[in-house]
Amino acid sequence: MPHIRVPEGLPGIRGLFAFRPETAIPLSELAQVLLHDEGTLTPGERELIATYVSSRNDCFYCQTAHGAIAAHHLGGDEAIVQEVKRDFEHTAISPKLKALLAIAGKVQHSSKDVQPENIERARREGATDREIHDTVLVAAAFCMYNRYVDGLATWSPTDLGGFRERAASVARDGYVGVLGYIKAAQADR
Amino acid sequence: MAFRPETAKPLNELAEILLRGPSPLSPGERELIATYVSSRNDCFFCQTIHGAVAAYHFGGNEQLVLDVKESAEGAPISDKLKALLAIAGAVQRGGKNVQPSDIERARRLGATDLEIHDTVLIAAAFCMYNRYVDGLATWAPREPEAYRDSGARLAREGYVESTNGLAASATGNAS
Repeated sequence: MPHIRVPEGLPGIRGLFAFRPETAIPLSELAQVLLHDEGTLTPGERELIATYVSSRNDCFYCQTAHGAIAAHHLGGDEAIVQEVKRDFEHTAISPKLKALLAIAGKVQHSSKDVQPENIERARREGATDREIHDTVLVAAAFCMYNRYVDGLATWSPTDLGGFRERAASVARDGYVGVLGYIKAAQADR
Repeated sequence: MAFRPETAKPLNELAEILLRGPSPLSPGERELIATYVSSRNDCFFCQTIHGAVAAYHFGGNEQLVLDVKESAEGAPISDKLKALLAIAGAVQRGGKNVQPSDIERARRLGATDLEIHDTVLIAAAFCMYNRYVDGLATWAPREPEAYRDSGARLAREGYVESTNGLAASATGNAS
């Protein structure tokens, strides 16, 4: 049971967004810019970084939701998402993405763990300043979203079918585009 | 922030709502929560600037900020704020560390759902801001005195004003 009374039937962060729409807006805009809007990293790559960090933070809802979105962007390849979570260094992804995931893993534990050689490796594999910046911020942001979702003990479904459906909507409409339910929840209050 | 105005905008809007927007917690109390979490994450820049903002809100009481960082339970603050700081400390370690007993204690001392929600989100957000600042090894002045004026300005004008300034300077640099 969640620690606070959130609207029923809305899992994970969606219940919290409906509880506090004022903070839902910038939180969704940040996800939109980082994960969905144009960038030199593909949405699939960025969702993999989000999924990896959420997995290391042991946040079931976030790693399952963003894992499903990553898989959707990667042509439905759910196996690659599982492999990245288990051992990304030996997964069939680009050397650049491996270097960025290594940085994300450091940030997840503590940003002071990020060493110059982690950055040098990413640069050597072709990462730009903006890609390194965005990797650090995606990892940092999921250290927030994960704590928000688990710190208030939100409810999560375990059935993957619902996550797949939601992933298709988010991949199509973006994070700001799927906020309509907040207005519905406000009207119900 | 100036490097990427697109992400600076929601980051500053979030700080503005959480720390200065309408809330049953005073801006000073919320800045203390932000400072406490930043201190536990060992982020020098964040704990010093938000500590300066908190001190400004408490009439320039810098000792109070130091007391809270050293021991929230021993500091001269309300019992409710102590309970909220305990929740913030649990969130800092990881969301799953928040126990039902932490929530019950806060409720018993008068905390509402909204106050508990905002405490968790402030603590979570500073686990982001702290990692963002330190993960890119940003430069920060070391003397706490340098933060007093900026702290007072942030307390008076807020976090979105500073975004507008950055956006203007970023545009200026580009042209």
